[in-house]
Amino acid sequence: MKELICITCPMGCHLSIDTDASGEMKVTGNRCVRGEQYAREEVLNPKRVVTFTCAALLPDGRAPGVTSNLPRRVPVRTRAGFPKERIPELLDALRGISVRLPTERGAMVLPKALGTDIDVVVARSIALE
Amino acid sequence: MKQLNYDAVVIGGGAAGMAAAIELDARGHSVLILEREDTLGGILMQCIHNGFGLIEFNEELTGPEFAQRFEAQAREKNIETSLNTTVLELREENGFKAVYCVSPAEGMMRIEARAVVLAMGCRERNRGNIRIPGTRPAGVYTAGLAQRLVNIEGYIPGKDVVIIGSGDIGLIMARRMTWSGCKVHAVIEILPYPSGLTRNIVQCLNDFNIPLYLSHLVTDIYGKDRVEGIEVTPIESGALMREKAFKIPCDTVLLSVGLVPENELSRNAGIEIQPTTNGPWVDSALMTTMPGVFACGNVLHVHDLVDYVVEEARRAGANAAAWLSGYRPAREIRLKTGANIRYVMPMRLNPERENRVYMRSLVVKNDARLEVRLDGAVVKSRKLAHVQPSEMLSLTIGPTDVAAAGRDSVIEIALV
Amino acid sequence: MEQFDVAIIGAGVCGANIARKLSQYELDVALLEREIDVSLGTSKANSGIVHGGFHDHISTLKARLELQGALMFDRLHEELDFPFERCGILVAALHEDEMHAIEQLYLQGVDNGVIGIEMCSRERMLELEPKLNPDVVGGLYAPSGGILEPYRFVFSLVESAKKNGVRVKTEFEVSVAEREGDYWRIRSTSGQEIRARYVVNSAGLHADSISAAFGAERFEIAPRKGEYYLLDRMTKSKPSRVIFPVPTEVSKGILVIPTVEGTVLIGPTASPAQGKEDFATTRDQLEHILHSARMMVPSISESDVITSFAGLRASYGSDFYIKLSDKAPAFVQVAGIQSPGLTASPAIGDYVKDLLKKAGLRLVEKSEWDPYVHKVPRARDADPYALDGLVAKDPAYGDIVCRCERVSEAEIVAAIRAGHTTLDGIKYYTRAQMGRCQGGFCTYKIIRILMRETGMSFDEVTKRGGDSTVLRGSL
Repeated sequence: MKELICITCPMGCHLSIDTDASGEMKVTGNRCVRGEQYAREEVLNPKRVVTFTCAALLPDGRAPGVTSNLPRRVPVRTRAGFPKERIPELLDALRGISVRLPTERGAMVLPKALGTDIDVVVARSIALE
Repeated sequence: MKQLNYDAVVIGGGAAGMAAAIELDARGHSVLILEREDTLGGILMQCIHNGFGLIEFNEELTGPEFAQRFEAQAREKNIETSLNTTVLELREENGFKAVYCVSPAEGMMRIEARAVVLAMGCRERNRGNIRIPGTRPAGVYTAGLAQRLVNIEGYIPGKDVVIIGSGDIGLIMARRMTWSGCKVHAVIEILPYPSGLTRNIVQCLNDFNIPLYLSHLVTDIYGKDRVEGIEVTPIESGALMREKAFKIPCDTVLLSVGLVPENELSRNAGIEIQPTTNGPWVDSALMTTMPGVFACGNVLHVHDLVDYVVEEARRAGANAAAWLSGYRPAREIRLKTGANIRYVMPMRLNPERENRVYMRSLVVKNDARLEVRLDGAVVKSRKLAHVQPSEMLSLTIGPTDVAAAGRDSVIEIALV
Repeated sequence: MEQFDVAIIGAGVCGANIARKLSQYELDVALLEREIDVSLGTSKANSGIVHGGFHDHISTLKARLELQGALMFDRLHEELDFPFERCGILVAALHEDEMHAIEQLYLQGVDNGVIGIEMCSRERMLELEPKLNPDVVGGLYAPSGGILEPYRFVFSLVESAKKNGVRVKTEFEVSVAEREGDYWRIRSTSGQEIRARYVVNSAGLHADSISAAFGAERFEIAPRKGEYYLLDRMTKSKPSRVIFPVPTEVSKGILVIPTVEGTVLIGPTASPAQGKEDFATTRDQLEHILHSARMMVPSISESDVITSFAGLRASYGSDFYIKLSDKAPAFVQVAGIQSPGLTASPAIGDYVKDLLKKAGLRLVEKSEWDPYVHKVPRARDADPYALDGLVAKDPAYGDIVCRCERVSEAEIVAAIRAGHTTLDGIKYYTRAQMGRCQGGFCTYKIIRILMRETGMSFDEVTKRGGDSTVLRGSL
């Protein structure tokens, strides 16, 4: 049996999920149908939107220094929920990536990340000073 | 000293300030946004996690994405903005509002306006505010400062982290620190229930097996130069169980123990501040006790969602525009808190219009009912499946609801 | 090896006053400090009061130095750059039976020659301070008492001393000393060495171990802790004068102090410390402060608290211990300096100078001694036109880094250039991070400025030196 707290709405129902021998799931504790949907997805294929930062680079390839007001990090995000168990792998990939300034919201950072169909894009437009 | 003139000045260029300014501009008034940082967007710029904009844009955005959508609108309308500008004083001078501010590029400026919108946001409560005893080593930060350091400056404040308070920023930082290679040992909450949203408990703590200690008080921070640990004492039936106190070694303590509207400018201007919200007293138009000065967003009361901030700010902008055009409500009805309600916002209703009212519950409750009572008689009620202090409640009260109101009528909102 | 006429050990308020005094003469003087900055010990965490001259009898050394020192502040304030105000001191009696003690203090003050001291009725007390507990039955008023920022006072004294040739050596923790002819050879824990003909032991809490290192008198400094609460400048409970309760045998009691920079300080407690590094505040003592302070000013609210801290009194005996050592040659003890040490400190400077002369130090006045230091204009103190002028000269005055205490980037740069290169050093010099948000908004900006101005890397930024690093990793 698996226990979950439903996050679909603020009620926070405590859900119990039983999976029988045939793989059939039975959800209890939910007060509405959305709870059951949440439980199924969370058990079968949990996903999270991943937000992270990548190193910022100036056009000349250096990192912004203390004399500039430019941020040292550029926020990035997955465009959609990303398989939860592969998040550490994704973070490792993003740690090796830098984003050259200036940049625009939506600019591609990592297309079809780790072979999924989910893109990682820049989440903040940053102009040069 | 440079002198400028506008119909309206908006103090603060975060989500609230931008939304209010866009509204004033749309109604044909000249408006200037004063922002102390070097970008618009306010604290949203460091909130790089998702969860913003579900109501406003019907999609889940990160903080910078949300802020920059508003910035793009403001830019499109050519709304004037003065960045790196700190407002020092707001005064009434010969019937105008005089805003004194300073920037490295312009020096001191005196900006004269007929209306002002306060949108300065809030600050985090800190260690002193909650009076945690102990030593004063390096390594004790508010969660928001840590968020800035990690997400924009690119530095890790420490590796072994304990978070005090289960506010949303703290929960978000628990995940952020974990993803940044740190170990978050615990979140300590004095109340018997978490102060943050359930989704953040699930996605920021449970996903990483970070323990949440409810009904526990941090009774000591120790360490000479840098934090070495904290002492935690359980609370049972309201009493500290000293013999059950335990220590958690750590090098970093992050505090997420609530937000306070930043109203020193307002206070110094003589604007009346409400003790329940730490924000200005406002009438049905979100106008403070200084005529022509309006307030919105987290400087008025701390909101749970930025979507509500911009909704309120648009109203403040629209009301300021109406005020500039000469509109004054014919009369207002007093609005007050009833059972289980911490505060209502605003404090007056305009019986000729639809009034959006925000409030916060004092209790955690399932199957609750929100009641609007006009002189004791229920004129409107709403069923709520679940209420808790961390989530704002809202409802609309319109002319038909208060049709029976007399001159000295009072409307009370209660949670039963 | 560097050679000095005088080495002063400890750059607190005593060492700083002694150093500045000696800088008036043709002498090579070294001021040695174990911490990364000056004024980080007892001189940092105290009540910041220039006392009224009535708490101790003139037969004691501390009363004589207090009376003398108190008179010297107006001139020091003019020459140096530290906030100071003679706001007056009240001692409030809440019961009739305390009025006897008030009368004793009054007569002691008169005996001591304090001018303007006044016995007050209830009405007079409430007129002088409307925020006082209305149950007050009477009290004492000493109009010459005042308030100052103790660390700014020390910083400014040290700056003045430096300007006049004194060598300041921070992170110089004296470990060993030996006699070499007419000199003391002094070694630090990190292996640095200097030689000095005369030594002044103004090491505060550590004066006992310094004395031992020089083979001088054996005594023991017992640290006694004083805890404080600091209240937001927006508090409605700010009195206009310092308020004392009627003192007890062991302590002057919990005071309510309107600080010279606009906040309110309440405290100090008085309890034995668990050693010389025990700067921890405790729940019980902090509760005691609130309770006692409310006896004086009932409107004090815990919601106004912005921080708490503790300082240690370097207590030894009942009087100051300032004299030439009987055991170690050319060695002056300046120990056991508790309250009213800050008030007395300028007079201690003069007194120690005389003791050194008595011990044979030749004092020849410098012709070019400059008593003035450059005063750094503060954005907080500037009216709009003055601030406009400051920004025109230096745009960094237009960048308000610390919003709560209104501190500009220019002031932070001035602090760094004056040698205050830790977050705490910058805080005490400028007040940035000292207000209601306690650095929540400005710390990252100060870190940037510090790195930019000094070339430090992120892991060299500390709160107050040592292992107090602020950042522990870079992404």
